[in-house]
Amino acid sequence: MTKIVTDVICPFCGTLCDDLEVAATDDGKKIIEVYNACVIGTEKFLHSQASDRVTRPRLMQADGSYKEISYDEAAEYTAQMMAKAKKPLMYGWSSTNCEAQSMGHEIAELAKACVDNTAAVCHGTTLIAVQDIGLPTCTLGEVKNRADRIVFWGCNPAHAHPRHMSRYSIFPRGFFTGKGHKNRKLVVVDPRPTDTAKMADIHLQVTQGQDYELLNAFRVALKGEWLPDVVAGIPKEKIYEAADILKSGRFGIIFFGMGVTQSLGKNHNIDEAIAVTKDLNDYTKFSIMPMRGHYNVTGSGEVMAWQFGYPYSVDLTRGFARYNPGDTSSIDLLSRGDVDAMFTIGSDPGAHFPFNCVKKISELPSVCIDPHLTPTSGVSKLHVPVAFNGVEAGGSCYRMDNVPIDCRKVVEPPEGMLTDEQFLIMVRDRLKKMKGVA
Amino acid sequence: METITITMKNQPALYLEADCVSPDAFAGMTAAQIAELSVYEGNVTGTLGKYFDVTGSAGTTAADTKIIVRGDVKKVKYLGMKMSAGEMVIEGDADMYVGAWMTGGKILAKGSVDAFAATAMKGGELTIEGNAGNYLGAAYRGDWRGMSGGKISVKGNAGSDIGMYMLGGEIVINGNIDVHVATHAEGGKVVIKGDAKSKVGGQMVEGDIYIFGSIDIMMPGFKPAGEVELEVEGTKGKFAHFIGDMGERHKKKKGQVIYANLYKKI
Ligand code: SF4
Repeated sequence: MTKIVTDVICPFCGTLCDDLEVAATDDGKKIIEVYNACVIGTEKFLHSQASDRVTRPRLMQADGSYKEISYDEAAEYTAQMMAKAKKPLMYGWSSTNCEAQSMGHEIAELAKACVDNTAAVCHGTTLIAVQDIGLPTCTLGEVKNRADRIVFWGCNPAHAHPRHMSRYSIFPRGFFTGKGHKNRKLVVVDPRPTDTAKMADIHLQVTQGQDYELLNAFRVALKGEWLPDVVAGIPKEKIYEAADILKSGRFGIIFFGMGVTQSLGKNHNIDEAIAVTKDLNDYTKFSIMPMRGHYNVTGSGEVMAWQFGYPYSVDLTRGFARYNPGDTSSIDLLSRGDVDAMFTIGSDPGAHFPFNCVKKISELPSVCIDPHLTPTSGVSKLHVPVAFNGVEAGGSCYRMDNVPIDCRKVVEPPEGMLTDEQFLIMVRDRLKKMKGVA
Repeated sequence: METITITMKNQPALYLEADCVSPDAFAGMTAAQIAELSVYEGNVTGTLGKYFDVTGSAGTTAADTKIIVRGDVKKVKYLGMKMSAGEMVIEGDADMYVGAWMTGGKILAKGSVDAFAATAMKGGELTIEGNAGNYLGAAYRGDWRGMSGGKISVKGNAGSDIGMYMLGGEIVINGNIDVHVATHAEGGKVVIKGDAKSKVGGQMVEGDIYIFGSIDIMMPGFKPAGEVELEVEGTKGKFAHFIGDMGERHKKKKGQVIYANLYKKI
């Protein structure tokens, strides 16, 4: 027999779809099928059911083999590492819930560590720009019900956020958007002819690394000023035309992704894109929103900002919070050799960081807390497998538009496995004793 | 003027935060007292004397104190931070934040310096004989008030984002620079004797940029405004004049819109 769990949240991408249904066995132990999710979301649920899953912490031995240890021993090892280090880095946080993030920050404060999330290699530049000039934004609900001008700049939701277009941005029929995609105009800016770009009314195939120039040209075009004949590979007539399309809408939104946040110009690209949005508000209502990747990277930024005052790359080594990406950001800390212990949770720097940083992690005392076997768990001294958050544990998460959504527990984790938060509490309590603050 | 010399003897394993190394902090102290000042390696507080030999004596005020920094200080941050007077000579390469928030006095860096040198500088002189890193004379993260006074001279090259949010003062680079110069600036003067890459003067409200070499990609927001004869840093010549950033907001003075100026040597 099966039971159907309804209103399940998908813990994969920042779209955080909240309409999934999962068929599970009656004893609540196995997932049989997942309905409504996209392919990647479904995979995330089914992955947790793998028969060869690691269910106990493993400590790397001198010869490179692994020895299974208990959660108690793993917590002791982690607490010792954090207590001894002069500058430990606690990185990740984007694939776990806000409760675990908050608990991790207690550990960071006790150990006087650096805390950073995956924004450091993703939308961190967005956060810098937001701090520089602010952010006129809205919720995805507003987009669905109101937006008739959609811009995708440097992002490809057709593949990275598969249900974004059907639930919020292109196809849904909302309160003021009764004709669905028929009364929406889509502008895509991408150097590549992506599957998203193929659907566009206007595709601006910008020269790579010149988004800043093109955004600047948009601002000039909106003011009706002089432009050179070609900007970033786009003829000026096309820029004036696109600017007119954006101006003429009733409600517009710019969605942007890593194509602009991590290409040449970085935070300045976003800074200029926000300025374009502000300028457009002279003519109509316009908003802008980052396409956040991990399902709870937004939550990590929220929790960090609420607790430390900064959304990522926080340095607590001197007992107060400091923030300056370039100095306190993970890649810089690792590549400059400015850390002496690495703690990873809910992320895979082993797969995404430059090689010299991954090598550095492999040389340091290191702990990786992750339900999967990943390149990071492979280079870390200790791997602590935990329950899948959003599948085997609930907790708060933030959607890409900063809307908090409570994730649901769908099935039980394998016998004896802990959640992120439970394991972090064990580490925190030990660390408190070591530091004499218990 | 009294001179105090600090010489690196024990390299830190990580990077050292030595924000006490400035004439202001040293003034009125003996060498032994200076050796007791706090420095930070990660979350461990140590003394300056643990890492450096300290010899000589400081003057009674910052203005009559000169500091000489010897040895390998590639891993030392914040040298000369917030100094208001006096002199400092760094004989080798230094790490980040050299002369950050300085308001007066003189720093001579004989080697290269890493990023964030002269962050939000208000006055004084910073001379770098080697190269400078990114964010030279820029605002601190999230601040919209960048360098507002003083002079920075670099003999070599500089990185990206120099003079971000600049309000006043002067930056002169003998060599080449990377992307983004004087972004968001509302005043000040930047002279580049070498080549610039792209994103020169983006979102600039006011201020002047002079480029002697080439610019790979011009900002579309800078509009040609004829040619002018100028004398810049002792060099006379003809410059192409551009005004901008046309996309950005601008003030009006006596009914005239004030734009930022970009001069490129012809
Ligand atoms: S679009 Fe994202 S949140 Fe929605 S089902 Fe797919 S992976 Fe999950």
